[in-house]
Amino acid sequence: MVTVIHPNLDDTEAKMSARDVSVFYGDKLAIDNVSIEIPTKYVTAFIGPSGCGKSTFLRTLNRMNDTIPSARVEGEILLDGEDIYRSKMDVVQLRARVGMVFQKPNPFPKSIYENIAYGPRIHGLAEGKQELDAIVETSLQRAGLWNEVKDRLEDSGTALSGGQQQRLCIARAIAVDPEVILMDEPCSALDPIATAKIEELIDELNGRYAIVIVTHSMQQAARVSQRTAFFHLGKMVEYGRTSDIFTNPLEERTKDYITGRYG
Amino acid sequence: MSLTILLLLALGLGLAGWLAARSRAWAFRRTSGASAMAALPSYHGWYVALWIVVPMVLFIALWSVVGPHLVSQHVLASPAAADLPAFGFKRESMLAEARAVAMGTAPGVFNEEARALIEPYREAIGRYQFIGIAAVLVLGFLGGVWAFLRIKPDFTARTRVERTIMVVLLLASLVAILTTLGIFVSLVFETIRFFGMVNPIDFLFGTHWGPDPMSSAVNPDASRYGAIPLFWGTIYIGAIIAMVVAIPLGLMSAIYLTQYAKPSLRAWVKPALEILAGVPTVVYGYFAALTVAPAIRDLALAAGMSNPSSESALAAGLVMGVMIIPFVSSMADDSIAAVPQAMRDGSLAMGATTSETIRRVLVPAALPGIVAGVMLAISRAIGETMIVVMAASTAANLSANPLEAMTTVTVQIVAMLTGEGSFDHPATLSAFALGFVLFLVTLGLNFIALRVVKRFREAYE
Repeated sequence: MVTVIHPNLDDTEAKMSARDVSVFYGDKLAIDNVSIEIPTKYVTAFIGPSGCGKSTFLRTLNRMNDTIPSARVEGEILLDGEDIYRSKMDVVQLRARVGMVFQKPNPFPKSIYENIAYGPRIHGLAEGKQELDAIVETSLQRAGLWNEVKDRLEDSGTALSGGQQQRLCIARAIAVDPEVILMDEPCSALDPIATAKIEELIDELNGRYAIVIVTHSMQQAARVSQRTAFFHLGKMVEYGRTSDIFTNPLEERTKDYITGRYG
Repeated sequence: MSLTILLLLALGLGLAGWLAARSRAWAFRRTSGASAMAALPSYHGWYVALWIVVPMVLFIALWSVVGPHLVSQHVLASPAAADLPAFGFKRESMLAEARAVAMGTAPGVFNEEARALIEPYREAIGRYQFIGIAAVLVLGFLGGVWAFLRIKPDFTARTRVERTIMVVLLLASLVAILTTLGIFVSLVFETIRFFGMVNPIDFLFGTHWGPDPMSSAVNPDASRYGAIPLFWGTIYIGAIIAMVVAIPLGLMSAIYLTQYAKPSLRAWVKPALEILAGVPTVVYGYFAALTVAPAIRDLALAAGMSNPSSESALAAGLVMGVMIIPFVSSMADDSIAAVPQAMRDGSLAMGATTSETIRRVLVPAALPGIVAGVMLAISRAIGETMIVVMAASTAANLSANPLEAMTTVTVQIVAMLTGEGSFDHPATLSAFALGFVLFLVTLGLNFIALRVVKRFREAYE
């Protein structure tokens, strides 16, 4: 079965494109022949029931699947027209350009300052303490966390609340000035108020970075994204503008899922 | 009747009680239904069996301690004992001979005067044995009857058996703790005796070690009991040279195994490393004494040193370091593996390489566990005896040169206890003082290490 792409989709500028991507865990097929264009200026949401492969697919976009020994990827994924799975690709550089925020906030057991400074330090983005301070401040400001933590930058990052930790992780990802930010269910471990803050933050970051978000909540996809892809059983069923997917789905399975008939 | 037969009797009675109680419980179950029973019939059986066997075994244990005292009291009270010498070696040996003949373990007496005591002994042994057996049987019977009568459909035999099991397990774990206490107390007494002869300050801070077991025990020369060279040798070999080998190698192998090795390789290398921990230390001792020490001496000769020692601190330390590698590596392995995968993913997703992730995230996060592992390893290394006995020397040198012969606390403990000195000579007693110091130091290290590990666990759970 071929993915249904909405005909009115007229994205000209693709930041990343996947072509015929299949992912295997050992012999098990987890992603079956997915092709998608991730636009530069929008938030793209991946929705679908648990186990449909949306997180697996997200992790192929910055090659985090490399850390799983049995995982194997076929097809090609382009970042600005270059295949990220080609043998000469520097995975370290790739991940600096394509950042990631995880389901559970995972700040390092270091100070807030050191959490943000981590990326700039390993990539040598700052010359001297002042530049580093500036990067830390900008990143925290962009993540909407600066006012809450500016007086206690030396406190441990793990001492923050769950929502603050997740914004700290977003700030940490922003600090290396990526082009794409991947978010793997970033709000699933947070309460509604913290979730609202993260969604607000995604809105603010939209346009500056290409953002891809995996979410279980269809309301969230509807609120924060402009493009939505629906995954089911390892296949991408339908892809289009978020408004179209939610109001006018072309596929029966998409309609069933968004109206809550399964999943 | 021997002890074995008595114990078998207790078990037999227990079995009978078990069968009887179980069939009674089955009878209840048939009349009032399975749902009315608070426990399965076999639990009722176990309950009664425990009430028979436990009191019997406890009484047998008690009687085997008290019984002989009662027997000898009885004999001493008999008219035949009036002729015995009042005290001393002869009195003891006569009593022992008479008892041996009475019990049938010796064919006849060596000392004719002991013959008169045989009959009183025989009589007393027979009487108290009879009393003991009768009491055991009565006790087992009473316990069994009492427990048997308590069986009712709603009797909670299951929870009571469970409680008994808990008590048994508790006692088992107390054995180890009480043994440690016993060791501590026995060390303390001998140490106090030693410190009565040699001033603790001379012992702890003196720099010359050369106890002479042949000298007079009355007024020991305290200046020969300075243990600093031993402490230094122990620390130099166990905590410095061995750790210089074990910490980097152990840590690196742990990092390789947790972060780089493929699962198939890890499945081979990790058990292989753990086998290293199972090699008897005496084997390491051979290796150190026969292979490493001569090699080091030859190297030193080749490097132009004149007359290097064939028993060097370096040889013992190096081999001990190799021996300790599995301890360091397995603790480091556990604590690195305990760092949540999310940390590692977070760092990798920032574009860090594996080694940057290890250096900047995993090792700092796992550091408390690693430190604890190192401390446990040190406490093992400084308590290690066989390798140093075989490869280090008995010469107490205070030197920083690793090629020099050195001795350690454990080597001197062995030397002092196996020497020719009498048991109350300060040279022999010094072994207890050394053991006491070693015990306190390793106890302290283990204590700190466990505290560190505990705090580390709390951070992640």
